[in-house]
Amino acid sequence: MVQFTLPKNSKIRVGKTWPKPEGKNVRKFQIYRWDPDTGENPRVDTYFLDMDKCGPMVLDALIKIKNEVDPTLTFRRSCREGICGSCAMNIDGINTLACIYGLDEIKGDVKIYPLPHMPVVKDLIPDLTHFYAQHASIMPWLETKTNRPAKEWRQSIEDRKKLDGLYECVMCASCSTSCPSYWWNGDKYLGPAALLHAYRWIIDSRDEATGERLDNLEDPFKLYRCHTIMNCAKTCPKGLNPAKAIAEIKRMMINRHV
Amino acid sequence: MRYLTARKRAEGKGAAHTGTEHHWFMTVTSVALAFLIPVFVIVFGRALGQPAEGVIATFSHPFPAILTALTVFVGMRHFAKGAQMMIEDYAQGPTRKALIILASSISYIVIAVALYALAKLTMVGFLFEAMH
Repeated sequence: MVQFTLPKNSKIRVGKTWPKPEGKNVRKFQIYRWDPDTGENPRVDTYFLDMDKCGPMVLDALIKIKNEVDPTLTFRRSCREGICGSCAMNIDGINTLACIYGLDEIKGDVKIYPLPHMPVVKDLIPDLTHFYAQHASIMPWLETKTNRPAKEWRQSIEDRKKLDGLYECVMCASCSTSCPSYWWNGDKYLGPAALLHAYRWIIDSRDEATGERLDNLEDPFKLYRCHTIMNCAKTCPKGLNPAKAIAEIKRMMINRHV
Repeated sequence: MRYLTARKRAEGKGAAHTGTEHHWFMTVTSVALAFLIPVFVIVFGRALGQPAEGVIATFSHPFPAILTALTVFVGMRHFAKGAQMMIEDYAQGPTRKALIILASSISYIVIAVALYALAKLTMVGFLFEAMH
């Protein structure tokens, strides 16, 4: 449900300012911090880094802060090349992957927050349990009824091309957490990421459960909460367009009825 | 605190198997209103500011009368369904249901009042014609 104010224990306070290093090219970082063990409200800590001794990406800066300034700073990261989706966070007001977002793309201070409107586990780590369960609910696998062929399920080059722009999704949750409909009704609305994956299996020529998949999506909340706001397409760090995939599902729904 | 698995929370009560009619209705009425509203604005604009006889004469003709009836009916049903979507976004539980009923009631009341007014204007128009 829509919330216009933060609960009292979620209001963000001014945090610690860490010492400024020597150097001519020093940059300021403001980073959201919250530790469930302290029972304190979230705060924004201020760090300074000498950019002449730092890598080019936001993740490089976060790793440098963790290694050299504050080892308690907590965030997820793994592949550092935009494939695993672990380091998704809100950087300079945009949900994106810290590993492929350049520090030179940000003007002024670097402000880093966890993905919006998700429960926070600690610091920059959101709880994505519900998000992953929603993804599992759309059956992200090939469903077939025909007996398994001796070799592989065959697919034409044209049909394979239909999966381009869909299979590349790394489930970073940047799109879903940028969607106001997902903020207000995330308990029922599947969100752009799960719906993009749903379409990826609906459109797969080898899948034989198209009808069941559409049946499972035909719901005022699961699918039709999408109001084509397009934040998902704007924010996707992989340049995908979940809004288009959702529109295609809606078109298929209408074609079943009319 | 309820001990539900993440999958159960995600599945909820399952799909309602509805929503497409609502989506198609909104699409159809949007297209209809894209044609109805500009024509209605012109017709209504011409009648606006005229003496009572002029207004009665305008709306006792079949085209302006039917156009107005269609605009009000389609417009108010579009409003009610759109408002329902908005209410579902921002309200929950009994408040959500009460507001949806209210929006739907408002639309039907406005339609009834508009049709009554149109019928009255048309009847008065016929009486005028009969008298002259």
